[in-house]
Amino acid sequence: MFACIYSEKIAPELSLPDFAYAFSPVVEETRPGTVVIDVDGCDLLFGSAYQLAQEVSRRARRSPADGGLNAPVSVAIAANPDAAIHAATRLPGITFVSSGEELSCLGEFPITHLDYALVGVEEKVAAEILETLRLWGVHTFGDFASLPVTGVSERLGQDGVRLQQLATGKTERPLKVKQPAPVFANSLELEYPLSELEPLSFVFARLLHQLCAALNSYALATNELQVELQLENQTLHERRLSLPYPMRDHKVFLKLLLLDTEMHPPAAAVKAISLACEPVKPRVMQNGLFVPLAPAPDKLELTLARLAKLVGEENLGSPALLDTHRPDAFIINKFVLPSKINNRQSAMGNRQCLGLRMFRPPLRAVVETAQGLPAQISAWSKQRSVYGKVIQLAGPWRTTGDWWREDRWARDEWDVAVTPSNKTSTEETGLYRIYRKLDSEMWFVEGNYD
Amino acid sequence: MRSALSKTEIESNLVGRFGDAFRPHEKVAPETLSTGIAEVDTLTGGIPRGAITEIFGPRSSGRTSLLYSALAYATAHNEICALVDTNDVFAPTAAAAAGVDFERLLWIRCAANLEHAFKAMDLLLHAGGFGLVILDIGDVAGKDARRIITSWWYRFRRTVENRPTSIVVISEEACTRSCAALTLELHGTGEWSRTRVTHGSLLRFNAIKVNRCRPLMPALNESQFRAQAIS
Repeated sequence: MFACIYSEKIAPELSLPDFAYAFSPVVEETRPGTVVIDVDGCDLLFGSAYQLAQEVSRRARRSPADGGLNAPVSVAIAANPDAAIHAATRLPGITFVSSGEELSCLGEFPITHLDYALVGVEEKVAAEILETLRLWGVHTFGDFASLPVTGVSERLGQDGVRLQQLATGKTERPLKVKQPAPVFANSLELEYPLSELEPLSFVFARLLHQLCAALNSYALATNELQVELQLENQTLHERRLSLPYPMRDHKVFLKLLLLDTEMHPPAAAVKAISLACEPVKPRVMQNGLFVPLAPAPDKLELTLARLAKLVGEENLGSPALLDTHRPDAFIINKFVLPSKINNRQSAMGNRQCLGLRMFRPPLRAVVETAQGLPAQISAWSKQRSVYGKVIQLAGPWRTTGDWWREDRWARDEWDVAVTPSNKTSTEETGLYRIYRKLDSEMWFVEGNYD
Repeated sequence: MRSALSKTEIESNLVGRFGDAFRPHEKVAPETLSTGIAEVDTLTGGIPRGAITEIFGPRSSGRTSLLYSALAYATAHNEICALVDTNDVFAPTAAAAAGVDFERLLWIRCAANLEHAFKAMDLLLHAGGFGLVILDIGDVAGKDARRIITSWWYRFRRTVENRPTSIVVISEEACTRSCAALTLELHGTGEWSRTRVTHGSLLRFNAIKVNRCRPLMPALNESQFRAQAIS
């Protein structure tokens, strides 16, 4: 048996399917304001089908706080869902349609109220058939049901036959069950606060295992993991793990989460843990046969996380040049495996350029000049030193920029070949880029051509 | 004498059953990765995969130019590369000019911490899948470089053995000892000209052209370096 619950007066913020889930787990939302539930097996909870319909009607009048809809509903119970829908939408209150006696209830309904969408007949085709029926003098469900099936099939086709079955209340179809929206979140409140990572890792492992199992059951993956730790000092420690590729391997998640927690430890002991993730479609990729090997995405993520822990997140990634003439201007982006194949081999040609090794920070230098040109350089730091006589030079090249900002630059650059003063061999000659700041007249060694 | 005859007899009996077990294995030439410089490739055969290549020499000897060239070639051929930069000396501007594709380059800056550099190398090599992994210790002082424990190099060599990963070590002095399959020693020639572009007439000489165009005084500078292969 099926029960149709129909109401036009439900507030927009209330959900009729959620209300229907209180009576049966098998719920079809036919359209907004109309749901059909399968009531088979509900007699132990609610009694007979009629008692169930009364309970539905009574609960619907309750306030939303009490689980109601604060509105009257029409409830119809029938042997098939379509008959229940027709009865509920046309008749207020509670209607019980006995099996085999559908026409006694539906027979007087006007033929124009036939819900053709229920049997998948297009609006244009249905309009033509209904117009034909009107011309034939067929005005009610009962009139249509009394026509011979063979004649209807010959004159109106299979769509006409389906509409006739609908009017008779004899259609058979399974419910298009509305699945409750899956929730990919998991939380656990601890009996006592945990302050060490090792016991915490067992809790993480359990929650992640459940989360990944839920993702797996829906054939989904995630590229963002949200972690909320309720701390003993009544604060919330929130972390987001963003992954470049969707994954659902709980072991990888656990290692990433532990590394992240080590890098960003919570300020106090943890009382409760919540994990949630945004489900996305898993990554499906077929590598080319002739493309060189690349690191496996999950292994790469783990390696990057371990490297970030070792050297710091800011010291790891892919460099990218900034759109400016400022010397040594670059940013470091997160390293992500490129998805596109590079076809620059032919465009490369013979692009040999002189390599430059930057001194970061630039080496403060004392430069002696002769006729405005550098003649002698001496510069020291803990790691490196540059000193000697300038034997060749090229420059200056003046660069200035961002004069309207605090961090503007203005300098004269020189390329110099420096030989230690006490050496005669040219083997020791080093090529350096030096510059003089125009505002402070200070000299620096920026790097070494190598 | 008797025992020698017995051994020969045993081997002749077993050769039918075990085939080539008693024949010396033929050495297969290692797969290589080009340096991007034809002269150096001709001289060395390229950077061997599954092995360590050491490039060492004093400042301005061309180590970094050779490195950028190899990186540009590898990234253009879709290899994923990693650079462990011990002293934070990598110059993105110069590398971009050399044609390095940054999308395929993972740059790790170790803030002059040699231990971090070696641990980072270890992590990268164990992750696998990289075509070229570079350890730049070119600015590490000679005494510190000599203190590097040999077991690190053996560990790296064993990790990449039979894998398509090339390890390149840039240093000022030779430090990988017997673990390197190829060692390149570079020397600056000391010749420097503002107008002359010199391509070495001998294969072991290579020249790199520097073309800097600046607003005030565009100029053309050249530097030479000599690559000597030590097999």
